[in-house]
This record gives sequence, C-alpha cells and structure tokens, in this order.
Amino acid sequence: MTDILNAIVALSNFVLVPGAAYGAQLALGALGVTLIYGILRFSNFAHGDTMAFGTMATILVTWGLQSIGISFGFLPTALIALPIGIAITGLLLLGTDRAIYRFYRKQKAAPVVLVIVSIGVMFVMNGLVRFIIGVGDVNFADGARFVINAREFKEMTGLDEGLAIRTTTLITLVTAAIAVALLFWFLNKTRTGKSMRAFSDNEDLALLSGINPERVVAVTWLIVAALATTAGVLYGLDKSFKAFTYFQLLLPIFAAAIVGGLGNPLGAIAGGFVIAFSEVLITYAWKKVLVYAMPESLEPSGLVQLLSTDYKFAVSFAILIIVLLFKPTGLFKGQSV
Amino acid sequence: MTARGFLLYAGMALLIVLTGMFQGWNLALTILNMGLISAIMSLGVNLQWGFAGLFNVGVMGFVALGGLAAVLVAQPPVTEGWNAGGLRLLGALALGAAILVGAVQVWKRKIGGSMRALVMLALLIGGFFLFRASLDPAVQAIEAINPSLSGYLGGLGLPIIVAWPVGGLLAAGAAWIIGKAALGLRSDYLAIATLGIAEIVIAVLKNEDWLSRGVKNVVGLPRPVPYEVDLQRDPGFVEAAAGYGLDPVTASTLWVKILYSGLFAVVLIVILFLAQRALASPWGRMMRAIRDNEVAASAMGKNVTARHLQVFILGSAVCGIAGAMMTTLDGQLTPGSYQPLRFTFLVWVMVIVGGSGNNYGAVLGGFLIWWLWVMVEPLGLWAMELITSGMSPDNWLRGHLTDSAAQMRLMTMGIILLAVLRFSPKGLMPER
Repeated sequence: MTDILNAIVALSNFVLVPGAAYGAQLALGALGVTLIYGILRFSNFAHGDTMAFGTMATILVTWGLQSIGISFGFLPTALIALPIGIAITGLLLLGTDRAIYRFYRKQKAAPVVLVIVSIGVMFVMNGLVRFIIGVGDVNFADGARFVINAREFKEMTGLDEGLAIRTTTLITLVTAAIAVALLFWFLNKTRTGKSMRAFSDNEDLALLSGINPERVVAVTWLIVAALATTAGVLYGLDKSFKAFTYFQLLLPIFAAAIVGGLGNPLGAIAGGFVIAFSEVLITYAWKKVLVYAMPESLEPSGLVQLLSTDYKFAVSFAILIIVLLFKPTGLFKGQSV
Repeated sequence: MTARGFLLYAGMALLIVLTGMFQGWNLALTILNMGLISAIMSLGVNLQWGFAGLFNVGVMGFVALGGLAAVLVAQPPVTEGWNAGGLRLLGALALGAAILVGAVQVWKRKIGGSMRALVMLALLIGGFFLFRASLDPAVQAIEAINPSLSGYLGGLGLPIIVAWPVGGLLAAGAAWIIGKAALGLRSDYLAIATLGIAEIVIAVLKNEDWLSRGVKNVVGLPRPVPYEVDLQRDPGFVEAAAGYGLDPVTASTLWVKILYSGLFAVVLIVILFLAQRALASPWGRMMRAIRDNEVAASAMGKNVTARHLQVFILGSAVCGIAGAMMTTLDGQLTPGSYQPLRFTFLVWVMVIVGGSGNNYGAVLGGFLIWWLWVMVEPLGLWAMELITSGMSPDNWLRGHLTDSAAQMRLMTMGIILLAVLRFSPKGLMPER
C-alpha cells in the first residue's frame, strides 16, 4: 500500500505538478495566439517575443519596487509589478498595430503577408529585449520558495517520497485560472466580448451590424498583451527569464493552439495541457515511479526514459504532425481559412 | 537583368571593394564567401516562396542537415566505432524504419473500425521499445570509444565536395516527410511544421553523439582547397606572392579564401542558371499560376499539392547544398551555433529585401543583407559611441549602451524588413 502511495506521490511531484504548471503557461500563451488568429486572422510569430517583452517590462518594474523596499510578503514582488508590465506591453502592442499592422489591414493584405510582417516585428522586439535587458539568465522570483517542501511532506506523511509544491507552481495555477475565467466572462458576457466573437465568426456580418473593427482590434491587442505578459511572467517565475527561451516557446505554443483548433479559445487551453503533459510524460525518467509500482522481480534496470529531455520539441512536433494528419482542424473545431 | 539590376549589382560589388580597401581584403573575402553561400540559401527560399508561395521557416534545419552531410561524407571512418557497434546500430535504424513503414501500411489497409488504429498503435508502441532496446546498447558501445576524441562512427572518407550534393539529398528527404504531412493544408501549418522540424534536426545533432559527436563538435573537416601552411612551404607560391609584394602568410590566407570563392561562385552560377531556366519554363509558369490562384490552377487540371511538394523539396535541397558548403568553409560542425534568427529568418529578410520571385533579386539580397549583418555591429558600436560621447566615461547608461550595441543587429534587420514590406513590398529587384 505504501508503495502505491509512494508511486503516486513521486508521480505527482515529478510529472503532474510541473506538467500542470507548464500546461497553464502554454495555455495562456496559446490563448493569445488563437485570439490574434481569430480576430486578426494571421499567425503571430512575434508572440514569443511579446511574452519576452512583457516579462522584461515586469522585471524592470519589479526591480524598481524592490529598490524602494516594496515586497509582497511570501508572494513574489513580480505579481505587484504584473499590471504595470501588462500596461506597458499593451501600449507597445497598440503602437505596433497603429504603426505597422493597420496599414496592411486597410489594404486587406493576404494573411501570409501579415505573417511575414510579424516576423519583422519579432526581429525588432527580440532586438529591443536583448538591447534593454541583455541575453543572460535573469532570476526575479522572490518571496517564499515552497508552499510545502519535500522534507516537510515526508515528515507529515511518513512516506519515502516527498511532494514539493513550489510557490510559483501554485501562483501559476491560480493566476491562470483567474485569467481564463476573466477572459471567458469577457468574451461571453460583455458587449465588447460578444462583438469580438461576432467579428471572429463573420467579419462582414459584424461590420454590417455596426461593430467598429478598429475598436475590436484594439481590445484584442490589449487582451493579448495581458495574456502574453501573464504567461511570460509565470514562466519566468517558474524557471527563469532568458530572451532566447521565450523565442523557442513559440513552437509548443503554436502546437498547442493548432492541436486545440486555431481560433478556438477552449481548444487553446486543452491544447496547452495536452502538449505540456505529453512533453513531461515522454521525457520523464520513469524508474522512480516504477520501482514502487511494480513487483520487485519486474523492476526496471535503466532509467526508463522514453526520450531525453532535449527532445521535448520533438514531442510537441510529433503531436502536431499527428493532429495535422488525422484531424487538421484540431481537437476542438477551429477555423479553417 | 534590367539597367536597375546592373546598377544594384555594381553597387553591391562596390560595397565589397570598399570594405576591402578600408577594412582589409581578408574581411572583404570572408564577407564575399558567406555572401555567396547566403545567396544560394536565398535562392532556395525564393524557389519556395517566390515561385510557389510556400512559407518555409525551417531553413535552419535543412542547412544543418547539409552540415551533417559534410561530416558523414568527408570524415575518415572510425574503425573501432564500427567494430564496436556500427552494424548493430545500422540494424536498429533499419528496424525503426521498418516499424514506421509497417505502421503506415497497416493504416492504409481497409480494415474497418477501431481495429486498424489499435493494431497501428500497438505496432508503434511495441516497436518503439524494441527499437530503443536494440539501439541503446549499440550507441553506448560506440560512444564509449575514446569519447574525448572520437566516440562516433565517422564518415565515409570521401572528398568533401561530394558532401554538397549529398547535403542536398538529405535536406530533400526531410522536406519530403514534412511536405507529405503539412502540404495541402493551410499555409500556416506548413510554417509551424517547418519551424518544428528545424528544432528537431538541431536537437538530433546536439544529442546523437554517435552521429556527429553532438555538442562536442566535429572539427578539422577535410578541405577542398590547400592548407595555408602547405602553401607557405611551397617555394613557387612564396615567390609568386613576393611578385605581388605580399608576405607568404597574408598571401596564403587570401589565396585560400579566393579558391573557396571560386568554388562557391561556380555552384551559385549553376543553381542560378537552373533556377532561371526553371522560372522561364512551362513548369515555372505553372508554378506562378498556382501561386497566384490555386483554385483556378487546379480547375485547369494542375495537381496543386503534388507541385507544391515538388518545389518544396527542390528549394529545401538547395538550402541543404548551401549548408554543406557552409560547413566546408567553416571546417567544423558546431550544432550549438545554429540559431533560427540567423539561419531561418535572416534568409527570409534576404529574399524579401532582394525581391521575391526574382532570382537575381534573391542573390542580391543574399549579398546585401549578409554584408549589413556583418557591418551593423561595428557601425552600431560606432553610433553608440557617438551618441554617448557627451556622457562621462563611468556613466551606467553609456556602459549599457555600448555593451548592448552588439544587439543592434536584430533590430536593424527587423526595421529593414518592415520598411521594405511597407514601402517597396516587391523588393529591390521586383519580379516584373
């Protein structure tokens, strides 16, 4: 019996808890991608760098707060800085839209042109982030590190395996839940949210019924700024901030959005967790769990790691290909343009 | 080429000559060599984007596969490695391929219901463990042999020029797999799929030590041109160098670079010639017709997906060739140095700035953007020093600005791309 409990605890500690946190971060990122796809109708390659920019803005504000002695108790100071970071990112995105994207929207340019434009924006944002904060690793998590650490858990339960829950994991899950709840409330209950969904479903019809497209687009960018900054800050608190890592997040985020069905917010959340858990499950060394779960005679000799962790991109990619081959519109029905 | 084209090319040549006069001919030739390679990559992307409107953001992966070809073809075989587990490893790879083919065959059978999916899943999952069980011991045996110096299988020991077409073939194979899965669907899907394959190729190169030593890098690849040291020992060469008033060391460095330039220029001219012929041929017209209106083209009986697959493979193969050439020039394969911004998106800037759909434009873009990429760093530093010259030397902002000047590159490239897209969307040399 204790063996089974130990196995479950080990599984939660190394797979379920980190997977859930990573999944929530990916889901928030994928929501941003999917919203832009639904409303502005292009795949935004600058999304990873938008996340990086938002995180950078939040880090700078955090440092400012820390230097004047403000902290948030056992929670990281970055949470106080987050709204300001979102505001700065929102301004940047609105500025980008005004200066760059609007021109192509007025021209009714093909989506692929907008994708290339977003590559240009990606370069500029990436350069901006590297220019301001540099290319190194930045750790900005402060406050308490653990809600429960492994030692306390072992003493509490008397098991051999410890379950450590980091503060950042808990914050990630809570913040992501709040953000998603707010987003769905906004999309389903408010007038502006409904006009956004109408615009996404049928642009011409929405225009005929008097919806102001510029307003819808501006609101979309602001929501995307909030989602991207939150996702980026949570990821950065959980791991650390590095400009290049955020660029690389683009692949799992896109995979999540496509797996869920591009343009479908619910799908983006599901996709985020599908990708995150597959990555963690396939790159986890199962030995620790199997030692408890299997009878002694069957205990594995190796690490029982299906793929080395460096192949985590291969996992998101494989899932993406499988979905493309068998269900191109995604698990939830997405838009097909 | 139009008069405008000639002027632009003359301007580009002038830029390189001026670089040679003010910053040294060594640098000018280095830029020229990488410019030639960039021009070939740019031609490859132009085949896909300019001819057919396919959005490939996995250029880095195809370039890296070309680099792998250089190692596999040119390095001498490691006999101990082969004795330790070479054949077992090949057997395991064949087994893996057989399992995949088997799974595809099962899927193609017309068995109703969930039976087919279950059999395929069982075959794939069971096959994966079987594959790992046969692969892992062989890999361990190979990697255990003298890991600090070799620890891999080596290559075939053939002349490295052979690696160039082989690199193209490897890239074409990868492109076939991606194209099969993602072409015929929405254009964004191809973009994401290629983005993914590029990351996977790099992950394989970094992790599979038996293949190309992973992050331990393969250095000292054989060369298609003589070594500087040998030239310096050759009395005939020293005498010829003295005739130009050059000391043997400088002369040998320059001569080696000139030889590389010659080789690369031949490849560029051949590929450019073929691409021009293709563009003017009925096949090229069909491609452009498909690009401009897929529905109309398929109504005329053109198989859009098959043509897309064809041109996608061709373009990727060209990128693979360029990748093998680049690794030849570097003399080493360093998987850690492949960055998507440098090897995928910069090539895109080259194509867009040069003029998508115009081969001469793509080549020009390759040279021009590469020249800028190299030059922005010193120019940025100089600009930053100028801006901050009024500040005191220990001002933190001054230190930060001059330290960050190296990051100006990406921003400059982005601004150039955005400016060209906005004000001259057809590029410097428009298609027509």
